[in-house]
Amino acid sequence: MTRLGDIAYARSGDKGAGANIGVVARKESDYALLKRVLTSDAVARFFEDLRPAKVTRYELPNLWALNFVLSEILDGGGSVSLRLDAQGKTLGQRLLEMRIDQSGESHG
Amino acid sequence: MRSVRIGNAAGFWGDDLDAPANLLRAAPDLQYLTLDYLAEVSMSILAGQMQRDPAAGFARDFLDVMQSLTPLLRDGQRVRIVTNAGGLNPIACATACGGILASAGCRKFSIVVVQGDDVLGQIRARCESEKFAHLETGQPISTVADRLVTANAYLGAEPIADALRGGADIVITGRVADPSLTVGPAMAEFGWKSDDYQRIAGATVAGHLIECGTQATGGISTDWLEIPDPAHIGFPIAEVFEDGSCVITKPAGTGGRVSEQTIKEQLVYEIGDPAAYLSPDATVSFLSLAVKEQGPDRVRVSGALGKPPPTHFKVSATYRAGYRATSLITIFGGDAIAKARKCGQIVLQRLSEAGFAPQRSNVEYIGDSPQVMLRISVADERRAVVERFRRMIAPLITAGPQGVTGYADVPRPEVREVFGYWPTLIPRDRVGQIVFVWGRE
Repeated sequence: MTRLGDIAYARSGDKGAGANIGVVARKESDYALLKRVLTSDAVARFFEDLRPAKVTRYELPNLWALNFVLSEILDGGGSVSLRLDAQGKTLGQRLLEMRIDQSGESHG
Repeated sequence: MRSVRIGNAAGFWGDDLDAPANLLRAAPDLQYLTLDYLAEVSMSILAGQMQRDPAAGFARDFLDVMQSLTPLLRDGQRVRIVTNAGGLNPIACATACGGILASAGCRKFSIVVVQGDDVLGQIRARCESEKFAHLETGQPISTVADRLVTANAYLGAEPIADALRGGADIVITGRVADPSLTVGPAMAEFGWKSDDYQRIAGATVAGHLIECGTQATGGISTDWLEIPDPAHIGFPIAEVFEDGSCVITKPAGTGGRVSEQTIKEQLVYEIGDPAAYLSPDATVSFLSLAVKEQGPDRVRVSGALGKPPPTHFKVSATYRAGYRATSLITIFGGDAIAKARKCGQIVLQRLSEAGFAPQRSNVEYIGDSPQVMLRISVADERRAVVERFRRMIAPLITAGPQGVTGYADVPRPEVREVFGYWPTLIPRDRVGQIVFVWGRE
């Protein structure tokens, strides 16, 4: 079992009331595993408690990266959101704690 | 190949005030300095300031920065400054900036103002006949029309390039797209036409990379603990080439790091569909980008694909959405979480029983037993509800569980106004862009 952060790095931020998380494989050889593990469903399940309306995944194979757009995950965002993390700054760090196994299963 | 050196020394309003002077000292050959001050809801804060004082409504940090730069400018440093510090009131900003330069005895600088982004009047006038739909929810803006505070279109690089071609030393704008602060200088320097989407796409990527300052040089990196000398982190410089490709770097001798990782991290920051990064200057695909380390703290980024920009400008509107307050107290003990949970319940219960049930509330627990920070927030259109809430935290000091502390820092939470964010679109041809030399209107 590996921590996602061991094979990838990430950055997240807000887009209105939604947020995005970019996840980049540290090595090209891990990009296939990243794509297998981080499906939009797996990411939606992982952030279930924050109630994203929808999770869309985009692939950037040239950067060994995936970009996730999580709409309406910030409870209003900006100055409307009452959450500590109203700007989605912590989402990347949180996702990097996901446990994965080499067969490509993710474990919340 | 020819290149132009464009730096950024302010990624947001509140960034390091010494950064611009430090960057210019460390990189005396810098040709352009960009300073970005405007986040999505900044305009609503500026609106409040302008209501109290008609000579306010711009990012005052910029004046402190200009003051700090006057010794360098007086000594003949030839850098041209491009900033959106003008906010809602670029003319007042230019006037104050001109005053600082004059009283510091700086030689005559040409300050050029870019305006036309303010579309509040137009939206108010037309919101019955047009939707100005919210880009996320699809709702018509008429639902908040009576509460609108600001509405500004994101202008592009063209008026900035015009200002620079006309000889501006300092360009002060209101709302423009952040990357356009970088694209403008590149267009002016290389004589690119506004439909040269391929090259403009490359410069847009360069602008996207440096617009948040130190986020390109190791700030908020996943591996931040391994970043060298973060106390002296350097701000980024984009060397934009004539073909639109760029090298991102930082001055020698500064802390931080520019690597394949820090650049890739910033490339994916706050993006949507990477095949269509939307800016008023071009629609850019990131899917063909190549990121390559060229040497220590030098990363080359090339291969951006550009298409025409959208037919509409994006507009950021803000509207009054009531009031809010947030309390923070610390609870210590073996069962701190259970105690914190109960404290949260009690506060909201008492508020309801007093007849002030808030429209929205949120309770969060930061940390874990034995030490938990309890964070309670409420929001309501009625100020009285939030005022009542702020008086309900302190009683926990004596009535709550043993081990409540940390209240001295926040005895009574502050009541703040909430500004809703309304992203929408407006046809480009309905936005008039105005470029004029300040002092010669």
